[in-house]
Formats: sequence, structure tokens, C-alpha cells
Amino acid sequence: MNQLLEAFAWISEPSNWTGPSGILARSGEHLGYTLLTLLIAAAIAVPIGWWVGHTGRGRGLTVALSGAARALPTLGLVTLMGLLLGIGLIAPLTAFVVLAIPSVLAGAYAGFEAIDRGVVNAARAQGFTESQILWRIEAPLGLPLLIGGLRSAALQVVATATLAAYVGAGGLGRYLFLGLKTQDYAMMLGSSLIVVALAILLELAFSAAAWLSVPTGVKVARRGAAA
Amino acid sequence: MNWVIENIPLIADRTWAHLATSIPAIILALLISIPLGWVAHRFRPVKGTLLGAAGLMYAIPSLPLFIVLPILIGTGVRDVVNVVIALTLYEIALLVRSVADGLDSVPADARNAALALGYPPLRRFFAVDLPLAGPVILAGLRVVAVSTLSLCTVGAVLGIPSLGLLFTDGFQRGILAQVVTGIVMTVVLALLADRLLVLAGRLVLPWTRPIGTGERPRARRRPSSGRLGISQAPEVRA
Repeated sequence: MNQLLEAFAWISEPSNWTGPSGILARSGEHLGYTLLTLLIAAAIAVPIGWWVGHTGRGRGLTVALSGAARALPTLGLVTLMGLLLGIGLIAPLTAFVVLAIPSVLAGAYAGFEAIDRGVVNAARAQGFTESQILWRIEAPLGLPLLIGGLRSAALQVVATATLAAYVGAGGLGRYLFLGLKTQDYAMMLGSSLIVVALAILLELAFSAAAWLSVPTGVKVARRGAAA
Repeated sequence: MNWVIENIPLIADRTWAHLATSIPAIILALLISIPLGWVAHRFRPVKGTLLGAAGLMYAIPSLPLFIVLPILIGTGVRDVVNVVIALTLYEIALLVRSVADGLDSVPADARNAALALGYPPLRRFFAVDLPLAGPVILAGLRVVAVSTLSLCTVGAVLGIPSLGLLFTDGFQRGILAQVVTGIVMTVVLALLADRLLVLAGRLVLPWTRPIGTGERPRARRRPSSGRLGISQAPEVRA
């Protein structure tokens, strides 16, 4: 428990928070990597996932891909990219995007697939064009599951972002590996606790977003069904 | 390829360490999740709390957990026990839901029939409830086994032996073949474990064998939500 106290002492030391390698800057980098990864992964995976969900084509491939991705070791991918692309940010970022894509893809596609076909057909019968169906029916109704997919990806990346420091990038992992090298257990433990707190905050934020993203009509219908 | 041939003993050694870490964690998690899942299934109010806690547990990144655990249980940072316990905790977080959902999916008729036949509670659980919940639990176990075998590698950055040491060592010495071998071996082990679990499922739960269509019967209550396990839990850990 002494070590825990030392770790908290490390966290609460104001001079550890400021400066270019302070906790604030490192946390910023950490979250920055996570958000950047999510943006890139979403830009790639959401259109593909929506296309798969809307047309029903390529479904088997999507399922197989997200299944196989589960088996891919993150540390392996990070070090592989580190060797191929060199030290720096590009290598870990590429690895993170590769790791994030399957979750986002699955969320985008599953969101569409979960929609009652009757709703889509009713819209079509009323004369909605395909793009109207996509944007006004499928996208809003599929949003909660898409956010679920983004959440899995975000949690995974915020955890993996610790490994970015292993291949020479920044983030909170810096403290972890520095502490490991210099046997500074307080720093290791303190930074670990900050990463854990960051991940839990992110998880809570996404839970709130997932709840908010359910369209009002659906919430009302659910409440009606439950009553 | 040369690197692989010259280093077969090393690869075998790492593979063994890898399995020796992940398999106990998987078995331990299954043994703990069954009673916990039963509690969640039996006592409604507990279910929300238990699954909420499991969700938060699952959100904790693995590498920091490997570092925090030794403080809580008094082991060394490089102790393999930390990894086994951390992996077990993650697996429980996933499996409790599968067990609870599986038990929820057991038809009341089957349960009542066993009751009418005079099965004592424990026998009813092991002879009726658990086998009928089997397919859902098995689906959860497959996810758990695959992600555990892949997650196990992260301990390598702390020097804990597993196939992950091939990544760290290969990276530090700049041997691409070593890193690639590690990735391939990890993926192969994960897929192998997945296949083995499917086969074991067919042996233990013969009634789930697909008839004709090749589509496995689904025991989910709401097929529309979380077909890929998205709404239930994150798919991959890091």
C-alpha cells in the first residue's frame, strides 16, 4: 500500500503536471492519438459498413474480418509497424487504425442490419429515395450501435496508446516505460492509474452518448413496450 | 524463414509459456463465471450492478492493470501471476454476461419439467439449466479464448514470458521475421483454440449440431441487438 501512496504523491505533485512532458501534455497526446485514430478509422470504416448494411453485400467478409481481428495481437502490430515504418507517430497510428477498423465497421454494419426491414420498406413505399433512406432512416436508427462500435474501438485504442511510447511516440505510456527503465515504481503506477481513469471516463462518456443517440421515437416506443 | 528454422526451440518455449499463462486463466474464469452468472440470472437487481461492474472492469487497459495488480496482491511486477489474474478478471467480465444470458434463455418448460420430475436443485442446475445454457456460454467462451490468447502478449513489455517476447525482442533487435513469427503464432493459436472449442461444443452439446442448413441455432432472445457482440461488450482488448 506504501507504493500506492507514493504513486498518489507522484500524481499530486504539481510540477509533474506542467511542461512539455508533464501529465497534462502527455494526457493530451494520449487522447489526441485516440481521437485521431477514431477519426481515421471512422472515415474508412463507416462508409464501408453502411454500404454493407444498406446493400447486404459483403456481409460474410465483414463478419470474418471482425472475428479475425480479435486474434490479432496489438503489441505485435505496433512493433511490426514500428519496424516497417520507423520510430515515430506514423507507425503506432497505423497500427491503431488497423485495430480500430473492425469494431467501427461491425458497429456501422450491425446498426443497419438491426433495423426492422418493415421500416425501410415503408419509407421506400412512401417514395423515399435511396439516399433519403440512408440519411433519414438508417443512419439515425443505426447510430446507437455505431456508437457502440466506436466505443469498443476507443477503449481499445486508449489502452493500446500506452504502447505508442514503446516505439518512440508520446502519450502516457512514456511514464510507464520510463518508470520501468529507471525502476521508478511510483511513476509507473501513477501513470497507470491515470490511464485507467482516462479509460473509465471515456467509457462513461460513450455510455452517455449511446443513450443520447437513441432517437426519441424509439425511446418512447421502448418505454411503451416495457410498461 | 531462416530465422524460424534456426529458432524453433525458442518459438516452442515462448508458445509453451503463452499457453501456460492463458489456459489457466480461461479455465479459472469459466469456473468463477458460472456461479456469478447464476447469481446475476437468479437475482434481477444484482444483474444490472454486476454487469455494470463487469463493463467498467473491461474498460481498464491491460498494461496498467498488470502494473497495478502486484500492489493489490503483493506479487512482483514481473510475476506471471499478475497476467493470469488480470486475464481472468477480463474474461470473467465477459463471461458473466454470457452465463447469465444463457441461463435466461433456458425455456421455463424444461425447467418446470425437471422440477415436476423431482430433480433436486443442484441436479436440475447441472443436468438441465447448464447444458441448455451451453450454446450461449460457448459463444462467449470462444470470444474470451481468442482475445485472451492475443492479450496475453502485452505482458512482454514488462518482461513476462509469452509469444509477446518475440515482438519486443524482435523490435529491439530489428528482426522482422521474429515479430512476424510472433504474430502468426498468436493468431494461429487463437484460431486453433476457437476451432477446438467449436469441436468440444459439438461433443458436449450434441443437440446444437447444425442440421442441413449449416446455420447454428441461435439461443439469443433479441437477435436484432448486438449480433457481433457490440452492444454487449467490446470485441478486442489491448
